[in-house]
Amino acid sequence: MIYTISVLRKERGAKETYWESFLFESETGHDTVASALRALNAREPLTNATGTPVRKIEWECSCLQKRCGACAMLVNGRPRLACDARLSEFSDGSVQLKPLKKFPTVSDLTVDRSILFENLKTLRLWLRTDSELTDRDRELAYASSECIQCGCCLEICPNFYAGGRFCGMATVPITTRLLVEMPTKEAKEIAKRYVKHTFEGCGKSLACRDVCPRKIDTEKLMVNANALALWKRKRRKNDHQ
Amino acid sequence: MERNKTVNIIGAGLSGLSAAITLARTGVGSNLISSLPSERAQSVLAEGGINAALDTMGQHDSPEEHYEDTMRGGCRLEAESAVRNLTQHAPEIVNELVRLGVPFHAEGGKLILRNFGGQKKKRTAYAKSSTGKIIMTALIDEARRYEAAGLIRRFPHHELVDMDVRNGMLYSVTVQDNFSKTGLSFSGPAILCTGGLNGFFEGATTGTTQNTGNAAAIAFRAGVRFSNLEMIQYHPTTAQISDKRMLISEAARGEGGRLFTVRNGARWYFMEEKYPELKNLMPRDVISREIALLKENNGCTGEVFLDMTELDRTIWDGRLSDLRAEILSYLHIDPKNTPVSVSPGIHFFMGGIQVTDRHETGIRNLYAAGEAACKYHGANRLGGNSLLGAIYGGRVAAESAANAAVPIRIEPKELPKGIDSSAAERTKLREALLSGLGVVRTPESMERAKTAVEALTQSEGCAAIDRDRALFGLAMIESALLRKESRGAHYRTDYSATDEAYRRFTLAERKEGEVCVYLAPEIQAKEDTHV
Repeated sequence: MIYTISVLRKERGAKETYWESFLFESETGHDTVASALRALNAREPLTNATGTPVRKIEWECSCLQKRCGACAMLVNGRPRLACDARLSEFSDGSVQLKPLKKFPTVSDLTVDRSILFENLKTLRLWLRTDSELTDRDRELAYASSECIQCGCCLEICPNFYAGGRFCGMATVPITTRLLVEMPTKEAKEIAKRYVKHTFEGCGKSLACRDVCPRKIDTEKLMVNANALALWKRKRRKNDHQ
Repeated sequence: MERNKTVNIIGAGLSGLSAAITLARTGVGSNLISSLPSERAQSVLAEGGINAALDTMGQHDSPEEHYEDTMRGGCRLEAESAVRNLTQHAPEIVNELVRLGVPFHAEGGKLILRNFGGQKKKRTAYAKSSTGKIIMTALIDEARRYEAAGLIRRFPHHELVDMDVRNGMLYSVTVQDNFSKTGLSFSGPAILCTGGLNGFFEGATTGTTQNTGNAAAIAFRAGVRFSNLEMIQYHPTTAQISDKRMLISEAARGEGGRLFTVRNGARWYFMEEKYPELKNLMPRDVISREIALLKENNGCTGEVFLDMTELDRTIWDGRLSDLRAEILSYLHIDPKNTPVSVSPGIHFFMGGIQVTDRHETGIRNLYAAGEAACKYHGANRLGGNSLLGAIYGGRVAAESAANAAVPIRIEPKELPKGIDSSAAERTKLREALLSGLGVVRTPESMERAKTAVEALTQSEGCAAIDRDRALFGLAMIESALLRKESRGAHYRTDYSATDEAYRRFTLAERKEGEVCVYLAPEIQAKEDTHV
């Protein structure tokens, strides 16, 4: 089947955007949007659907298997990883790709997601002591460590905007890990900032949970973070202690 | 701008992070330069675990045995001192990761270790089969502490494009800001933590697309010496997915997965029959070679399956749940019920930049660590030793580089010409290299590959980087031709035995533009200086 892949493009430094379509043939439809983009860019020259040579499509890509978060974009309006979007899903053969819109566009589908990392610094997210992880929280710490900082959760969030006080769900996995691994006393600063920058801003739409490519149960992480940061639940000890 | 004592680190994967944190702990700053943030580094793809003789499983394990297994697995193609350092520091490194909060599998506060290839004892600490990712998360969080303190400064969309080396000394590196497409020059010492050589085999490895191989080609052009470039690890259990090889972790076999092929209509568990002691957990080079040679058996289809259908349900629900999800998602089969078709795929490069035990390269002011460097793994790396080598190597490189740290000038710089490689040239180089550097190498295949690569080094009108890549490819194939023996991952039909006279490194460097490949003197017990 021949797919029409339309990309919302923008030149570096320009203000205007424009749509450009490309034709891509995939026999089985097993190809992902990521592999289609790579194949298109491997063409020399790359030609658009009308056969005109155009510059390569800019986008970020690394692992091709949902483990690094580089290729997050809007695929037919939904934030997701290009390597997780199979062409066979698009039965009418048309795929529209747009850059995530909560972040400044650099060029084409590449956006500047530095706010993700700035927010983690704002929340001062690092261990203050040696980890005191117990067996009971091990699974929780593991799930928290899986976040790939792709930004899909921020894109879908009705409450998040870059530069606002609300830092969004992408800070919650790390917050949760640190809260369960540190003595409550030492975690005070993290807890305080979590309440101010995360808890208070979250409208609980839980759209983040639906779009997370790693299927991280953000609600569960937040419930645990709330319990430790807000409701002063005592950290759980090992059964044998 | 100027800052106090600082080191440039190129690459923000595991070895780069390890180096940056080590420097920061002694008050030395770093510029952590990477094409994408650490979360996107290839290190997050590491699956099975990290080795350390912690002896928590009641098997009387010791660093000495870890040393011996590593040397034997690597066919003794490494200095004893390096492997001793690595294996002796391993328990301390894993304990440090525990303190940093890595949720390794543990019970009652005691780490549970798993079986891994080439090792008779349980020695591999793990977090399901996402160990690389989980360790990276903890180190990224730890690095953030020093970012906030101003000691680590990230340049996370910046790619190495040039190195200024004169008279055997590194003066500066030039990087391109991929957002603005402008150049920046960083004076001072640098540690290359740029990963393996996957990019020369684009689409045919388990690695990432960010690992282009350009850094190696650039370093080679600048006169950096490489060693053992012929040593390429084919992981026996990978599967083709869209645009790459997907790794099926050795953990699957560590937990009881079995390899079979079909011979005369019946299942043949060839590894179990041929290697009754370690069976499906023989070192990777051995299994990949056995798979590649299966076709020569009469009545054998040659197709190999990894049978995980007998694994306990608790394993699928617990420590291999992520592996199952990935196989379901990309191969559309459930490994719980159906054996998975697998074949060897390029996974790791034992060869790389030649470094001393202190991770110094042959160029003053330049250091290398992680998969970019040739250290620890000899002719075949054991699973579980790469994460360890990356953390340990990054640490040692940082300790060495700290002595050379200076106030660093960062200045705008015009970008050199010809830094964008062409997909067509990359494909031609890949095809030539793949044909000569497979699991089984014949003199004809290597010679043909050499001729093809030589032609690419002389292509008219190609970008400078493509010419540099081709010259690096030529060094790889010439290294393979020079090693007239079979050892570890390097198996050639015309010299199928290991020859003690070749227990030495192949070395490759560019002299006045020409590729020179030669044999090093015999390996010393201690490799603390450059010859």
